[in-house]
This record gives sequence, structure tokens and C-alpha cells, in this order.
Amino acid sequence: MIASGELSVSARDLTRRFGDFVAVNRVRFDVRKGEVFGFLGPNGAGKSTTIRMLCGLLAPTEGEATVAGFDVRTQPELVKKHIGYMSQRFSLYEDLTVEENIDFFGGIYRIPPGKMRERKEWAIRMAGLPDHLRTRAAHLSGGWKQRLALGCAILHEPPVLFLDEPTSGTDPISRRSFWDLVYSLSGAGTTVFLTTHHMDEAEYCDRLGLVYRGELVAMGTPGELKAGVPRERAEGIAPTLEDMFVSLVEARDRAAGPVAEVRG
Amino acid sequence: MKAQRLLAVSRKEFLHVRRDPRSLGLGIAIPVVLLLLFGYVLTLDVDRVPLAVRDLSRTPESRKLVSRFEGSRYFQVALRAEGPPEVEAAIDDGRVLAALVIPEDFAARVRSDRPSVVQLLLDASEANTATIALGYAEAVVSGYSADLEVRWAKAKGLQGIRPPLDVHSRVWFNTDLESRNFIVPGLISVIMMIIAALLTSLTVAREWEQGTMEQLVATPVTGPELVLGKLLPYFVIGMVDLSVAVAMGKYLFHVPMRGSLPLLFGIAAVFLVGALSLGMLFSVAARSQLPASQMAMAFTFLPAYLLSGFVFSIDSMPPVVRAVTYLVPSRYFVKVIKGIYLKGVGLGTLALDTALLLAFGAAMLLAATRLIRMKIR
Repeated sequence: MIASGELSVSARDLTRRFGDFVAVNRVRFDVRKGEVFGFLGPNGAGKSTTIRMLCGLLAPTEGEATVAGFDVRTQPELVKKHIGYMSQRFSLYEDLTVEENIDFFGGIYRIPPGKMRERKEWAIRMAGLPDHLRTRAAHLSGGWKQRLALGCAILHEPPVLFLDEPTSGTDPISRRSFWDLVYSLSGAGTTVFLTTHHMDEAEYCDRLGLVYRGELVAMGTPGELKAGVPRERAEGIAPTLEDMFVSLVEARDRAAGPVAEVRG
Repeated sequence: MKAQRLLAVSRKEFLHVRRDPRSLGLGIAIPVVLLLLFGYVLTLDVDRVPLAVRDLSRTPESRKLVSRFEGSRYFQVALRAEGPPEVEAAIDDGRVLAALVIPEDFAARVRSDRPSVVQLLLDASEANTATIALGYAEAVVSGYSADLEVRWAKAKGLQGIRPPLDVHSRVWFNTDLESRNFIVPGLISVIMMIIAALLTSLTVAREWEQGTMEQLVATPVTGPELVLGKLLPYFVIGMVDLSVAVAMGKYLFHVPMRGSLPLLFGIAAVFLVGALSLGMLFSVAARSQLPASQMAMAFTFLPAYLLSGFVFSIDSMPPVVRAVTYLVPSRYFVKVIKGIYLKGVGLGTLALDTALLLAFGAAMLLAATRLIRMKIR
């Protein structure tokens, strides 16, 4: 066991192999309670595999991790009770109405009926859908779907929330209000762990882990990471996260020599 | 396993069915259509075979033979033919299925007590019908022949003579020998198997396809909750189908029901759980709706239809095929449903079949739960 204290998520040498392909290689990090922690990296870097292991959906090949104080390898059922998870596809039931979707997840998370009334009202208000209770989810726009999916995922007020590519496929305004929501959750003590490949989005995180080819190549606040960019890279005045990312990746590829195409 | 989660899954699944015309049609309309179609079309009874008669004898004796054919409910004289081409043409274009040819010397031979022969031509392109028609014709002719013998003996002065051997047959269980009476109960079992497996084969696969499974696996819902919760609405549909089919059997097809209705529903419920779980198993394994439903169709339709003994008698199958039928669950349910419907037998007689159906249901349910647990861990 890792001593948790104020830690919400903690990974130690977390590794996942598929055959002889290493999707996640000895990843080690901690996320504090209430922190917004982003996993930034290109597609196929191992972000989703990591999130799946942390949610108890995929068993690690090696290493260990705890989420909300529970071991993902030995207590996946307990982990699932204490997290909210939203996949990139906003997995709602399209043929069900807004209200029916909320009721379903309320039942799945076994929220007591008295409490459920209050949570349902909260979710509907949060998603901005009080006039659309009987609208089928299929007829909602991307931003509304996203907020409804988020509402469903946190009906049971989990201490840790996992968001896998949360803002892919939504417009800038919805993205903005989505981030307001994430901040208010984190302000209330919810730990948010998200993956993204948008550099601008990564700027919103309290702390970032950069993943490349299954490895965690750098970690820190967006400011710290940008400060570490070599001078010749930062052509303009202020280096961006993108500059930082490209320089890190180039340095790594030089060190490793020619590498085969990234798989996955 | 928690009731609240199970019920949440059931309620959601029920809403899916209600909103999806395809599931509703598959679940309710198709069984009714199948039953109507099979109940009216699939009859194995051979009644009123259209017959051509070519009477070359034209005597009271030959007319008596013809009138015996006319008098039986199995034949209907559709044509009086003058020559062979006419008979041939009528058989060719299907106006008649059989032709009776009475030779010129028929009456002379009968009177003089010499063996006489009549010819029966049969269209055997429908082998089953032809065989049955042949049997009827032989019975009609031998009846006439027995009559002649008795008359001949009386004429010789012998009194009290009777035909030497007579069969007194009593038909049990299906006294009218109506094929519908055993086709309808058998059909109920075929419909239940196919519809149940098809309906559930779509349910888990749809969640994989639409990405909602991804969300479900991250919740605390467990394999048994998911399987049982999903089964419940389809179980209700299956039992409604059974009730509709039993009602149609009674009021539309007038199939007699001799046994206990509650017993029938009880064993049917067991069979239904097995069929639903089998479909669910395909659904979990295939991960998308099309292959899952194809698997369900392939593994249920042909066995339930051909190897269950529903119309095709298991006793007349070659030994290898007969051995295979023991692996077909429908076989046991067909026996149960026919036993209850036609023979009115109770649980005592059906104990072994019921036990095997229970084993089938439990094994399928367990397998589906195990497989889904493996996939969502």
C-alpha cells in the first residue's frame, strides 16, 4: 500500500503490455485531492490505457495504483463506486430522454430516493436542461450531451472524476462552460484527472503529465514546463506548451535513435 | 447483487424495447404471423385427393367401386377421363393427384370369380401425399374386395361368413388425427426459442456498438445484475408471446388442451430463461448486433425446426442425427408441450425432460454471466 494522506490518485511503476507492445511503461505520479491533473500526449501515447487501468477496467501488467484509497488491482469494485468516468463518446442512451438517462445512472449508483431528487435537480440545472426533461438524448447538441453525460457520471458525488478526452467534438463556448464546471468541482474538493491532446486545453490544468510512447516524459505545472524549454526553441517571446512538447519529444527521439512507427 | 441496480437495468432495457419498433415487431408481431402462417399453411393431412377415373368397364360393378372412392372423405373425383392422354394431361398440370383405371374385363372377372386388377396412377412428386393417398386407395379397394368375397360366399350358400381378420383401431391423444393439433404446440416451442434468442442477441451487442458499454463497465454494476436485469423485460415479452400463442391455439385453431396450463407455463418459463440466456451469450461474445443475431439464428432456427421433433419425427431419423437431437433443448420442450397439450400428462412423466431443461437454463445463465464478467472486469 502507498500511504495516501491527501493523495487521490497514485501510480507506482504502472505498466501495461499487450503482447510485446508496451502501451504504458513504468508510469509513476501522484495527484492531490482537489487537483485538476491533465495527461497530455499524442494519440496512441497510452493516455486511455492509463485511465482504463485507474478506473479498474483493465488490470495492470505490472506496478500498482490506488484511486480514492483503493487498490485498482485488488479492489476494482470499490474503485468503481468512488469514481466518476466519462468516456470521449459521452455514452448516453440516445433513445432515452434526459430524465430517463439520469434516473438510470441514479439507480446504477444506488443513490437513495430522497437524495436522488436533490441530485437530479442539480444535474438538470447544471446541464442547463430544465426545459428538455422529456427530450431524447439523441436530439441534444454536442455541448448539452457532454454536460448531461458529466452530470450522469457524478450523480453519486465521487471524490475522483476521470475524463477521457472530454472536450473532443464540442464548440468553444461549450468548452468554456465545461471548464467552469470542472473548476467548480475541483474547488469543492473533487479530484479531476483528464486526458487531452489539445495544447490550449492543457493550459487549464493545475498540473500536467506529458506522455509519449507509453512513458511519462515530464511533469509539472504548465508554467514550470514552459520554463524548461531550451532558448533556441522559443523563437518568439513566450514559449508555448507546444514548443515545450515538441522539444521534449525531439530530444527523446534523438536519444533513442530511429524508432519504429508508434503503434496503437 | 443489488436489487436497485438490477431494476435500473431492467427499466432502461424495457424503455429500449418500447422505443424500438424493430424489437417490438420481433417480439410480438413475428410470433403471431408465424403462428398464423404455420397454423394454416403447414398441414400434413391428406384430405380429398383429386382423382381422375377412367372406367372402361362401364358396369354396375365398376360403378360400385368408383362410388366407394367418391364416398370416402379422402378422395374427390375431379375428372371422368375418356382416354390415356386425358389422364396424363390432368396429372401433368396438377388437376388430379391420382388416377383410377378400371379395365374392360373388370366386371366379367369379378362375376366369374377370377382375380381382377385395377390400376392406380399416382403423382409422387409429393412423396408424402402420394404415400398417404396410396394407403387410402388400397383401403378402399380392399374394403370392396372383402365385400365381394362375403357376397360370393353367401351366394354359395355359406352362412355367417365374415372377413377373416379385422383391425379395430382406436386413436389416442389426437383422435381426429389432425396434424394441426401437434403442429401448433410444437410451433409454440420453435417460436419461443427463436424469438427469445434473437431478442437478447441484440441487447448487449447494441451497448458495445453504441459505446455505452464503455460507460457501464466503469460503474459498479456487476455481471449478474446486467444479465438478469436485461433478461427481465424479454422474459415478460416471451411469456406474453406464450399466452398469445396458447390463446390462438385454443380459439383460432381449436387445439385441445388436456393437461395443466400452469404446468405448461412453469416449464415454459424455465425453457425461456435458457433460450434468452443463449441469445445473451451470443450478444456478449459477438460484440456487434449483426453477427450476434446471425449466430442466434443459425444456432436456434434449424435445430429448433428440424431436430426438435416438432414436425419431423425423431424416430425416423438416421441414428447419427438422432444422437444429435439429444443436444437440442427444443427437443425436450417439444416433448413437454406435446405431452401436456395432447396427452394431458403431469410432471411425473415429464420429470426427466424438465430436469434437463432446468440444467440447460442454469448452464446458459451461468455462461452468460461468466462471459460478461470476463469482458467487463
